[in-house]
Amino acid sequence: MSEITPSQTVGPFFAYGLAPHSRCDWKPSDVYDWKETAGANLVTPDASGTKIRIEGQVLDGDGLPINDAMLEIWQADAQGRYAHPRDSGTRPNTKFMGFGRSATDKSGTYSFDTIKPGSVPGPNGKAQAPHIVFCIFSRGMLRQIHTRLYFSDEAANASDPILTLVPADRRGTLVAHKEMRGELPVYRFDIRVQGENETVFFDI
Amino acid sequence: MTLVFPRESLSVFPKHLTPDYRSTVKRTPSKPLIIVPQTLSELTGPVYGHDAVQEGDADLTKQHKGEPLGERIIVHGHVLDEDKRPVPDTLVEIWQANACGRYVHNVDQHPAPLDPNFTGAGRTVTDSKGYYRFITVKPGAYPWGNHHNAWRPNHIHFSVFGHSFLSRLVTQMYFPGDCLFPFDPIFNSVTDEKARQRMISKFDLENTIPDWALCFRFDIVLRGREATPQDTDKH
Repeated sequence: MSEITPSQTVGPFFAYGLAPHSRCDWKPSDVYDWKETAGANLVTPDASGTKIRIEGQVLDGDGLPINDAMLEIWQADAQGRYAHPRDSGTRPNTKFMGFGRSATDKSGTYSFDTIKPGSVPGPNGKAQAPHIVFCIFSRGMLRQIHTRLYFSDEAANASDPILTLVPADRRGTLVAHKEMRGELPVYRFDIRVQGENETVFFDI
Repeated sequence: MTLVFPRESLSVFPKHLTPDYRSTVKRTPSKPLIIVPQTLSELTGPVYGHDAVQEGDADLTKQHKGEPLGERIIVHGHVLDEDKRPVPDTLVEIWQANACGRYVHNVDQHPAPLDPNFTGAGRTVTDSKGYYRFITVKPGAYPWGNHHNAWRPNHIHFSVFGHSFLSRLVTQMYFPGDCLFPFDPIFNSVTDEKARQRMISKFDLENTIPDWALCFRFDIVLRGREATPQDTDKH
């Protein structure tokens, strides 16, 4: 039997501790404040590549916004390198960490400003389409749920080794749709935790 | 050292849908999770970038002008992998209610007083031996709306990262001997008795500081163990 420490829910009150600089509306003004370690803006001055925004809502089984969720994302840089010792490649942008955290606001909305990631290696040496790993925590979730964001303007999605394991009629739930807001590409990625058009979640 | 992250390790986690904890009913996936291979995207994770953490962040009793009310305590322990090797340089974050059982969060309307000298959030980075240490006050129990006369046992929320996105853990640390354990659906969402015990800190007399503060030890074991030759063959 496994001897790991079990997961418990993040609960409704994490924001002042885990995401005090986030868009979350709930934080009171007079709390101890600290320098941000990980927030919703991943862009660093040395990061090359295309700046993008990701926006979406997190919705429950009744289609109602989940206004107390926390989303964490993890991604490669524009060259497809992860800031981690397991990725042996050299990274031209050493300050870009690829990790972000956003709480949802009263409308269940989250957002991230980041760089569009490059393609990274997949199983058996096959390349993966550019994607961002998502991890979602909230009250009512006793453990986090995992999903992935793919980009609507990537032809490589059709042969991605993970996306092609998903039943074809559900793949669309993992694809964020691009719209231009002035010069800024904004990718819309709603997460439906349960019910109609339920987002695909992974067992990893 | 190459770590592997077997799915079986998660067998002690609560089920996503645990109806006794009512909020799970509309907030958990209804379709089966899709099993996918672990790729570089999952086997990596945020291990750098904790430079913003300062020493004072780990002492929750010194974040304001005065000291908070309540029972001052030390909470310390090691973050370990499944082989019980230390996980060094990893971010540990905590948040909790004050001694009266009230969170500073705007949504918490429990009619217990806020403490102007207590926020209830702390963070630190483990040292080379995987060790962490916080100074805080013991959080109070508080009521919640899950069922009639529902009260949460005293607990401190923990968030830990570890070596990869697969070792990421959010949990709660409980205190030994809490009379509310049998009635709490969140604590009991972990069905294995031994696994539940691992969420309960141990009173640590040896590290209790005379005339100053009780000490509790809470070791955290994260998913991930060293690959055996058999595992290596498979990959």
